[in-house]
Amino acid sequence: MTGKFTVALAQVSPKLGLLKENLQLHLDTIRRAKSEGADLVVFPELSLTGYILQDLVPDVAIDPLNSPSLRQLLQGCRDIACVFGFVEISDRYNYYNAAAYVAEARIQHVHRKLYLPTYGMFDEMRFFAMGEKLRTVRTPFGPLGMLICEDLWHPSTLYLHVQDGARVVVTLSSSPGRGVRTHEGFQTSQGWETLLKALSQFYTVYNLYANRAGIEDGAYFPGGSMVVGPVGEVIARSQTSGEDLVLAELDLDEIRRARLFTPVLRDERLDLTLRELTRIVRQRSQS
Amino acid sequence: MQLNCPLVNQVLQSFIRDELSKAGFHRVVVGLSGGIDSAVSCFLAARALGPENVLAVMMPYRTSSPESLFDARAVVEALGVQSEIVEITSIVDGYFEAQLRANSLRRGNAMARARMIVLFDKSMEFNALVLGTSNKTELLLGYGTLFGDMASSINPIGDLYKADIFKLARYLQVPQSILDKKPTADLWAGQSDEDELGFTYAEVDELLHELIDRRVSRRELLEKGFKKDFVQLVVNRIRGSQFKRCGPVVCKLSPRSVSHDFHYLRDWGM
Repeated sequence: MTGKFTVALAQVSPKLGLLKENLQLHLDTIRRAKSEGADLVVFPELSLTGYILQDLVPDVAIDPLNSPSLRQLLQGCRDIACVFGFVEISDRYNYYNAAAYVAEARIQHVHRKLYLPTYGMFDEMRFFAMGEKLRTVRTPFGPLGMLICEDLWHPSTLYLHVQDGARVVVTLSSSPGRGVRTHEGFQTSQGWETLLKALSQFYTVYNLYANRAGIEDGAYFPGGSMVVGPVGEVIARSQTSGEDLVLAELDLDEIRRARLFTPVLRDERLDLTLRELTRIVRQRSQS
Repeated sequence: MQLNCPLVNQVLQSFIRDELSKAGFHRVVVGLSGGIDSAVSCFLAARALGPENVLAVMMPYRTSSPESLFDARAVVEALGVQSEIVEITSIVDGYFEAQLRANSLRRGNAMARARMIVLFDKSMEFNALVLGTSNKTELLLGYGTLFGDMASSINPIGDLYKADIFKLARYLQVPQSILDKKPTADLWAGQSDEDELGFTYAEVDELLHELIDRRVSRRELLEKGFKKDFVQLVVNRIRGSQFKRCGPVVCKLSPRSVSHDFHYLRDWGM
């Protein structure tokens, strides 16, 4: 593959707790993304299950490596790569808010959400276990980083992904809209856009943000899925808050050029960061 | 306290359509009082679903102001929604014939609950859900009748303060006479919300926004110039009406109990 490829952000509205219906939604969307020429399609957080699951978590959990219900979805990803969100049950019977990267009809990588928001309207830590690892996955688009929603609000996650070689980072999200007292749309949507633009620019990477549509018990998911390029520019964004498929062509040469003009990544001093972090952690544990 | 009316309008219309269709409905019943809250709910529903899918029910009692009915009719005419008048006088008076010592509060509550009975019955007839008309100010102050006007299936305006309702009403082009008049529950002649509460909506909305939305501390509120007694009065009202914002308390006996640790959204499987 050349350095150019097409991505599709699937801004879908899954049904709460209905795996079968949501699988069909994934199959249909993957088919459509393929027909639009996409090489990679990205679904939102918990796209297979819906978001505010609460006590439904164990009922919709799957073991991704041994799940008959996933077979059809994997078969649909022979000539397209796909990232989707689901509830993973581990061999220790922990439940994770997880995302899978599928290519060549096989799950290549699973990311478990690291930061589980448990404040305000969110209650994830009550129902999910925290992920413990952050790894990029090897793809035809170079090393790919995966994050889930709140993960991105801890910029250390993106920092690590990029230092680990990621050129493209996908963030799966189910972020409800909040704050209607400015002229620019939801305050939360503005927050996401600011964050994505700034982080793309800081780290000279492509950030792919797939947020869901729909409503769960009055929590309104306003979409706003977007692709932000390595100098912080919005390359494509959803024009609707409803269901949508956002397509964008990515060019890895853009990253090369961005890093030529702004070589902040080259100049980053991991040893310094590590040294100071080690000191801070030690001091905190002593105080 | 500004409000992004185009955004709120779009979100609330989606909310009405989505929550209805998920539950297998496409119609609503709304009680139209002639006041601004029910007018805004009705406007949102008519725009979201089409006027033919909205049944506005006007439910006057014998002491209700004729002006209220007049203003409610103006909403019906402006939107072209379906409408019906159901007098509640006989329901309420029939009950109170044998309840001679009932004061105006009991009578007012009974009127609100009689209207609830009519709306939920009409929702069966019209194959619809009951649309709520309680705003955030009322909900927080507990200025409503439990199982009466506070009862509904979906409430599009429950996160909007009274001041927001006025802004949205102007944006939606609610009839001018409704925008101009003083808010009243119209349970007895000459009743006024602000007289009864003892403060204006403008004052209390500003305080509630600081207290609830921004979680500003008491000390900061005083520094901002809010009077100590006023803050205390409002805080007491919120605390004293918490029961109106909760379901009935269930005594926990088993490992998993409804209202304690049986956590499912209403949209479960929709």
